[in-house]
Amino acid sequence: MFLKLINRLFQALMTMIFVGLVSFLLFNFVGDPISNMVGQETSVEDRDALREKLGLNDPFLAQFARFGSNAVSGNFGISYALQRPVSTLIAERMPATLELVATSAVVAIVLGVLLGVYTGINRHSWISKTIMPLSLIGVSLPTFVIGILLIYIFSVTLGWLPSFGRGEVTQIGGWSTNFLTIGGLKALILPSTTLALFQMALIMRLVRSEMLEVLRTDYIKFARARGLAPRVVHFGHALRNTLVPVITIIGLNIGSLIAFSIITETVFQWPGMGLLFIQSVTFGDIPVMAAYLVLIAAMFVFINVVVDILYLIADPRLRGRG
Amino acid sequence: MDDVLLDIRGLRVEFPTRRGTLVALDDISLALQPGEILGMVGESGAGKSLTGASVIGLLEPPGRVAAGEIRFDGQRIDDLSQEQMRQLRGKEIGAIFQDPLTSLNPMHRIGKQLVETIRTHLPVSEAEARKQAIDMLREVGIPAPEQRIDSYPHEFSGGMRQRVVIALALCTGPKLIVADEPTTALDVSTQAQIIALLRRLCKDKGMAVILITHDMGVVAEIADRVAVLYAGRLAEIGPVREVVQNPQHPYTKGLMASIPVPGRRVEWLPQIPGSMPRLSEIPHGCAFSARCEFAHDQCRAKRPPMQQNENGNLSACWLSVLEQAETGGRHD
Ligand SMILES: Nc1ncnc2c1ncn2[C@@H]1O[C@H](COP(=O)(O)OP(=O)(O)O)[C@@H](O)[C@H]1O
Ligand SMILES: [Mg+2]
Repeated sequence: MFLKLINRLFQALMTMIFVGLVSFLLFNFVGDPISNMVGQETSVEDRDALREKLGLNDPFLAQFARFGSNAVSGNFGISYALQRPVSTLIAERMPATLELVATSAVVAIVLGVLLGVYTGINRHSWISKTIMPLSLIGVSLPTFVIGILLIYIFSVTLGWLPSFGRGEVTQIGGWSTNFLTIGGLKALILPSTTLALFQMALIMRLVRSEMLEVLRTDYIKFARARGLAPRVVHFGHALRNTLVPVITIIGLNIGSLIAFSIITETVFQWPGMGLLFIQSVTFGDIPVMAAYLVLIAAMFVFINVVVDILYLIADPRLRGRG
Repeated sequence: MDDVLLDIRGLRVEFPTRRGTLVALDDISLALQPGEILGMVGESGAGKSLTGASVIGLLEPPGRVAAGEIRFDGQRIDDLSQEQMRQLRGKEIGAIFQDPLTSLNPMHRIGKQLVETIRTHLPVSEAEARKQAIDMLREVGIPAPEQRIDSYPHEFSGGMRQRVVIALALCTGPKLIVADEPTTALDVSTQAQIIALLRRLCKDKGMAVILITHDMGVVAEIADRVAVLYAGRLAEIGPVREVVQNPQHPYTKGLMASIPVPGRRVEWLPQIPGSMPRLSEIPHGCAFSARCEFAHDQCRAKRPPMQQNENGNLSACWLSVLEQAETGGRHD
């Protein structure tokens, strides 16, 4: 089990080095960094001096090593477009994205698992028969359509909720949060619903089909034959056995929540990293793009490691085999 | 001994389908005394498992008991509420299923599964339940039960897992066990051990067993009586010696002829020609008539009643009915 973890961590490290390399190549070889930084009127001598000063004439490996150590310490250079350190920009934008993604993830997981268990156990109830087709709509409508639909209903028609921006935020240290004011929470509702809906429907359908499958197994039949209470059979025995596939899907989906947040942030003009990334793409702001790439990759890798650890906790059969 | 533990009368189980109602069990009547082992045999699909499922109240919808009644310990149990039946099941009536590899929840230690079963039905503390669980594991022949109780199912072999399953079925001290092909999935030597274990436990505890199997050898070895099912109907039921050595029903005769006898080498075992009809295609009259070499017009027209012979053997065949009528005629 220990070996397995070490192996996973090593894989994670290799992935990060590879992503670092890609983003380094992007940074250094897409266009000329110097002409991105200086104006038209800068002389050739000045450019060469700057090139030397930035170490762009050093050997490839030395440059990559420097990029790596800078990245590890959070230094991704200066944004071309905004002329501010990328790390500061990201730090400003990160709370917005993380709060959005975390809220959506919690909503999607909690509701998805509950509804999945309910519809799995009560397959023939009218509630299940209403939810199932709705969930199909949930998984087939693109995120931006859901977002626009929600804006149309709740902002434009009913006027209940704001249609863009983070609304009121509170500063705690360097972190700006939506959670402490009514205005902030209201602003969070539409974007997080938009982002959560697809994942919730997906998790629900998965949990449901896993439940149906597990409920047909011999050990569930035997648990019933032992006269265990239905609650124990459903939650103690059945749900527990759906955990491994559900953890997998949830792990993957938190990753895609982060990815899809780009769309949601754009639709709702939510000032997070996704919006920053879209802006950096339109400006060709390579340092921001590179930093975003590395950061997202780091999050994916982190989630994967967590998922692997959860597997070991969830399924005793996976433990104790090298 | 006239007291009856389990009494099934005229049991009929139906599956409503789009193309009409399938009658999966038709007019099954049988009784078990306390401590008695009843073997239940028949081809695959004959209705053995359904009979067992009806007794433990775990018929899967849309299957339902459409007629007849099941009495356990004098109390009618086929019309109990789900909750009442659940309290009886696992406590008074235990069940063992075919595949030990899949009967145990892979996620939980066997100790947890034992303790939860005991504490569901008996008012004992966690520590007491654990103690009982260890005793039970020892009784079914798990070595070093104090340590093994904290193992997961995958850490046991197939035979050991079936012992754990038996421990789970027996840990609340039931009066009746429904064992649905408990050895079919095991290798031959393990089979013999498990059968011997079941017989010993049953005798020690005075527990009755319905032993479902398609292995006549197993039945001949441990059953007191045997019931032969065909197409959802009872073909024959009687003391095991009688049914094996002096079968009345042509179907039972065919079954007995197809048992390999140890020590006698044969090139070919006689098989009953044809196969059991599907539920939707059961012929009028006797269900076996289409395959029966003795069948005549009456067999195809009218269902034979259960008829008892002088050795206590009940069978449903017009031939026996006629024979009895003849001998009976002579006596008059
Ligand atoms: N859910 C069901 N729907 C329709 N028919 C069923 C269902 N379950 C069992 N049956 C039928 O009931 C009959 C008896 O099945 P079973 O008791 O499992 O036989 P066996 O003697 O092999 O244990 C079979 O013909 C089977 O097709
Ligand atoms: Mg069966």
